[in-house]
Amino acid sequence: MALSAQEILQLETKANELRHTIVDTVLWAGSGHLGGSLSMIDVATLLYYHYMKIDRDNPHWEDRDRFILSKGHAGIGFVSILSDLGFIKKEDLKQFNLTGSHLGIHLDATKVPGVDASTGSLGHGLSIALGMALAARQLGKDYRTFCILGDGECNEGSVWEAAMAISHYKASNLLTMVDRNHAMIDGPTEEVMALEPFADKWKAFGFHTEVVNGHDFAAMAEAIEASFEREQPTCLILDTIKGAGVDFAAGDYRWHYGAINEELAQEAHRSLDAYHQKRLGAVKGA
Amino acid sequence: MGLTYTSLDTTKLSTAEVYAQALSELAAQDERIVVLTSDLAKSTKIGGFRESFPERFYNVGIAEQNMFGIAAGMAASGLIPFTSCFAIFNACRGLDQVHTDICYPNLNVKMIGSHAGTSFGQAGSTHHSTEDIAILRSIANLTVLVPADGMETAACVEAAVAHEGPVYIRINRGFDQIVYRSPLEDYQIGKANVLHEGSDMTFIACGSAVFTALQAARELESLDGLKIRVLDMHTIKPLDVEAVKKALKDTRRIITAEDHTVIGGLGGAVAEVIASSGMGCAFRRLGLQDTFSAIGYHEDLMHLHEIDVDGIMKNAREMMKIEFEEDDDWVDEV
Repeated sequence: MALSAQEILQLETKANELRHTIVDTVLWAGSGHLGGSLSMIDVATLLYYHYMKIDRDNPHWEDRDRFILSKGHAGIGFVSILSDLGFIKKEDLKQFNLTGSHLGIHLDATKVPGVDASTGSLGHGLSIALGMALAARQLGKDYRTFCILGDGECNEGSVWEAAMAISHYKASNLLTMVDRNHAMIDGPTEEVMALEPFADKWKAFGFHTEVVNGHDFAAMAEAIEASFEREQPTCLILDTIKGAGVDFAAGDYRWHYGAINEELAQEAHRSLDAYHQKRLGAVKGA
Repeated sequence: MGLTYTSLDTTKLSTAEVYAQALSELAAQDERIVVLTSDLAKSTKIGGFRESFPERFYNVGIAEQNMFGIAAGMAASGLIPFTSCFAIFNACRGLDQVHTDICYPNLNVKMIGSHAGTSFGQAGSTHHSTEDIAILRSIANLTVLVPADGMETAACVEAAVAHEGPVYIRINRGFDQIVYRSPLEDYQIGKANVLHEGSDMTFIACGSAVFTALQAARELESLDGLKIRVLDMHTIKPLDVEAVKKALKDTRRIITAEDHTVIGGLGGAVAEVIASSGMGCAFRRLGLQDTFSAIGYHEDLMHLHEIDVDGIMKNAREMMKIEFEEDDDWVDEV
């Protein structure tokens, strides 16, 4: 087992905290990308609280592991981690999206410590991540680069330019992950622009490809650790639920971006508590 | 860093070859320098770098967007990437990555756009680059350089390495007419070079139009007795505003010449300075007059757009017919 039972419980607890923070931040901001933040928060939690070498006091530490949130619109999810780890102040979250704030929908790497690239324009992150991975090789460094893409983002041709190059350069120090939440702004991915057979596409581009439950820490950890041992680049397709944990949003593409008021926020928090208990039950039962 | 070139080098080497040689010399002194190209190692001549530093050379295939993204990631990790592709693909195909991945975070990427203007004559408008200056100079953080010839290109490359932040260097295909016969010791980003002094009129030129503007000024001096100042405006951004204002005040007649559309490029940049100065001026912008380019030899296309010696002389003579009222303190009236 890549993770002990204790580690899984700690990660579950942390992810639950972060989900509550995301709902709070969306409420403070007035609106936000709730769905895609909740679908990717589990893998981001696993990376930041278990695998990544980072230094809160030295965000630009040159040997740190890199994290590229290519689906930059999930910044409101990512920022919950940065505030929890102390890269930014917790009270700054109350300024999210406000005029003059250093925090907006798409996080600016020059303004927010701990952010490695100013993403938001889709289809860019994987190339940037590859540049970082190639630089590690060029500079003789052993840091790893992790990149999370959205599934809808994979409509962009530039994603496949990057995929081709990762495979060409055998950049196995870069781990590609797709948050496969099956939804994009205008509807389900298969209705707007079909991605399936999605895993076959990544395989055809030269990746060892696995579909993993993106809300299961143990399964993700196994897949991530196996990828570290492989010379072939790996793509993990993380099967997730958009809006996971918030009943009124879960699985509904319309919650890609939305506004919530105090009442809905309370409902979301109650829903998250129940979701957390359910997940704990599943972990303990396993 | 003391790069040494002779005029012999620039007669034997095309501008792009000079670029490759200059960069190889700089790379020998700075191991952070890496090169990326998009299947244009041969066309852009940067293949010469690969021979010296194969492990620092990345040919990413025909994928400009990916190339600029990779370059951004490399720069964010401490390398100094030089990208080499055609200018049109630098300014258009890969623009979103140039804008968002490189310029927005102010990363230390140096982009060389070759085959600029109409210098890839027979290739037509799909490969000419006649809007790149306008597009790229509008992006914050980006320095835009347009050298006149091989020798100045070497100076630009050296200055770009010394400059922290993104730089675009626009060069032509093939050989340029030689403007500089010895290395530019005093080259400075943002500081125009005065190639010819004069008080009747000023030619402000960049790239391949610098040579023709200088020749036109010399001929107008010998044929018509005109004294024309010639500025090599090798830096479009940050523009040498003082040099433009001085030309405005000293000569009151300005012609810009560029192998580029007159909208938003060198002519546009100079027009902004003139308009903001509040001083009146006779002014013409030579270049492509809001049109796509034609097919033909570079020199023929320069003739078509009146940025060859004849075209610049014709426009200068027409402009000399404009009479200004006698008014010694006109500059103080605004």
